[in-house]
Amino acid sequence: MSDLKIRNLKKVFEGLEIIKGVNLDINDHEFVVFVGPSGCGKSTLLRLIAGLEEVTSGSIYLDDREITDLAPAKRDLAMVFQSYALYPHKTVRKNMSFALDLAGVDKAVIDQKVNDAARILELDHLLDRKPKALSGGQRQRVAIGRAIVRQPKVFLFDEPLSNLDAALRVQMRLELARLHQELNATMIYVTHDQVEAMTLADKVVVLNGGRIEQVGSPLELYHYPVNQFVAGFIGTPKMAFLKARVKGASPHSVSLTLECGPEYTLELDGSQLNVGEEVTLGVRPEHIQVTQSADSPFKVHLDVAEHLGADTYCYVKASTGETLTVRAPGDFEPGLGDQVGLQPDLARCHLFDGQGVAIPKPGAPAQAA
Amino acid sequence: MLSLKQARQLQTVLLGLLAWGVALLIFFPIFWMVLTSFKTEIDAFSTPPQLFFSPTLENYLQIDSRSDYFHFAWNSVVVSFGSTLFGMLLAVPAAYSMAFFESKRTKSTLLWMLSTKMLPPVGVLVPIYLLFKDSGLLDTKVGLVIIYTLINLPIMVWMIYTYFKEIPKDILEAARLDGATATQEITQVLLPISKGGLASTVLLSLILSWNEAFWSLNLTASSAAPLTALVASYSSPEGLFWAKLSAVSTLACAPILIFGWLSQKQLVRGLSFGAVK
Ligand SMILES: Nc1ncnc2c1ncn2[C@@H]1O[C@H](COP(=O)(O)OP(=O)(O)OP(=O)(O)O)[C@@H](O)[C@H]1O
Ligand SMILES: [Mg+2]
Repeated sequence: MSDLKIRNLKKVFEGLEIIKGVNLDINDHEFVVFVGPSGCGKSTLLRLIAGLEEVTSGSIYLDDREITDLAPAKRDLAMVFQSYALYPHKTVRKNMSFALDLAGVDKAVIDQKVNDAARILELDHLLDRKPKALSGGQRQRVAIGRAIVRQPKVFLFDEPLSNLDAALRVQMRLELARLHQELNATMIYVTHDQVEAMTLADKVVVLNGGRIEQVGSPLELYHYPVNQFVAGFIGTPKMAFLKARVKGASPHSVSLTLECGPEYTLELDGSQLNVGEEVTLGVRPEHIQVTQSADSPFKVHLDVAEHLGADTYCYVKASTGETLTVRAPGDFEPGLGDQVGLQPDLARCHLFDGQGVAIPKPGAPAQAA
Repeated sequence: MLSLKQARQLQTVLLGLLAWGVALLIFFPIFWMVLTSFKTEIDAFSTPPQLFFSPTLENYLQIDSRSDYFHFAWNSVVVSFGSTLFGMLLAVPAAYSMAFFESKRTKSTLLWMLSTKMLPPVGVLVPIYLLFKDSGLLDTKVGLVIIYTLINLPIMVWMIYTYFKEIPKDILEAARLDGATATQEITQVLLPISKGGLASTVLLSLILSWNEAFWSLNLTASSAAPLTALVASYSSPEGLFWAKLSAVSTLACAPILIFGWLSQKQLVRGLSFGAVK
């Protein structure tokens, strides 16, 4: 068993509230990913859980045992740092066994555990090297090995792959997924990388300015973002936001006039909206199609096109100056500066009210605030 | 015209010559001191100075008969090593807390500590002398150890602080998560990692203590007097004896020179650690 409960957690640094009351439940065996813009408090939250920072107020429970004020080593957690933080003067073997050595575990048991971890991580042949003589990927594996031998209840990772090159990052990502399966452990993982978040997570926690914006599975966040921030943060390239006004609203449909011209009707619950209210329409690049401009009410100019091979990303500008990204087929050959028409897939568009809160879509899961 | 390669070679040669020039300039007084120590007093005084002469050991023999070199040397060893040991015991924890638990006042505390080094020692001579007299520390090795520890402490804390600052905090945090106590964190992780820097701090403290003359002259008479006091006693009322003074100076410098030479690699690496990284 290892589930983690965070209740009303706050952290103040030098008079500045960095974590502003976080509530979160993490279940046994879950792979939880914290994402959010730089400086939003991801690392701080992780370090509060690890016990490396003192909690200002609130509490943390691991399996119903309060660990809020416990020393880091007493919490049954292990952390993998972005910088690996290996002990440079110790061999790989000693790096991995340090915690057990300190705890006075029997030598034979230590050897057994270190060898097991080394085998899982394919470090067998490197055990007598010093960290200096290892590649980045190998160092990362040692850092993970150091966590594994302790058999902690929860693994904490702070951007563990961000110092690796792209190819290695993919490989390590797969390895981490495999490790999660194999160890069947609870893992909390901080990253900047959307792909890591989407592929690894059972549950993604989107943080912004020290608050949780939304918690959900990767696809929940993609399909049902609760607000404009999450909608813009999840998905690459970013969702485009277009200003609009409500023309008519009923419990089953909302009709809008976009500032840049076209009028659309969405099948959403508009009971909270008033006619004339300012709203924002969100459209993902993969949910718009380019058409001939003549027969489209939504006319834009092509600004830049990026050919990625399989896809072409077109950056377009509406008459209002609003910019959108559109995903087109790889063989799409636009003439730059041309006027084209756009056709959004209305069923997959998102609508946000004046405060940026999403108008719930049919089928959206209930959000526990 | 010189090719690029030739120009580079020329530059290397010129820089080499410059380095040798500076080195010789610094080394010359020491060389001259050693040379003079093997001259007779007459030769030592002659103008123009003689580079070639018939060497004699007479000065050294006289010193041996007139004063107990090993008594002074032993005092130097005891106070240098003693003050270095004490200094390290105080400086390491101080630098540890300053480097890894930095507060708003850390920087100013460091500067303040260092600023005490800018005060002319003469300014506090009388109070310290009186303190030493009242507490029976005059002319004792313990007294010298205390005063050397105090005067070197700011530099030692500063140096060790700089080395500790280079060590990523993560490594110590990893140790904390691994279950290390504060003491284990220092002894099993921090000290082994920074041993190069610590060694050069030890060396510097030894050298500074060995060469210190102001306090040793003022606070010792005979029983605790180190080599610097012995040297001073040869520039004495009977008039100047250049050859003997040179001989005794050579004897005073020799141990620390040999020590420094043996550990030069360590010293250079330690002192340039911050600059290279
Ligand atoms: N020890 C500290 N003292 C003062 N402020 C701090 C401290 N640690 C973090 N902060 C502040 O807290 C905020 C959140 O920092 P944190 O490192 O948690 O962000 P992050 O989400 O991990 O960012 P990144 O993605 O860049 O790693 C930042 O504004 C940072 O300046
Ligand atoms: Mg961070």
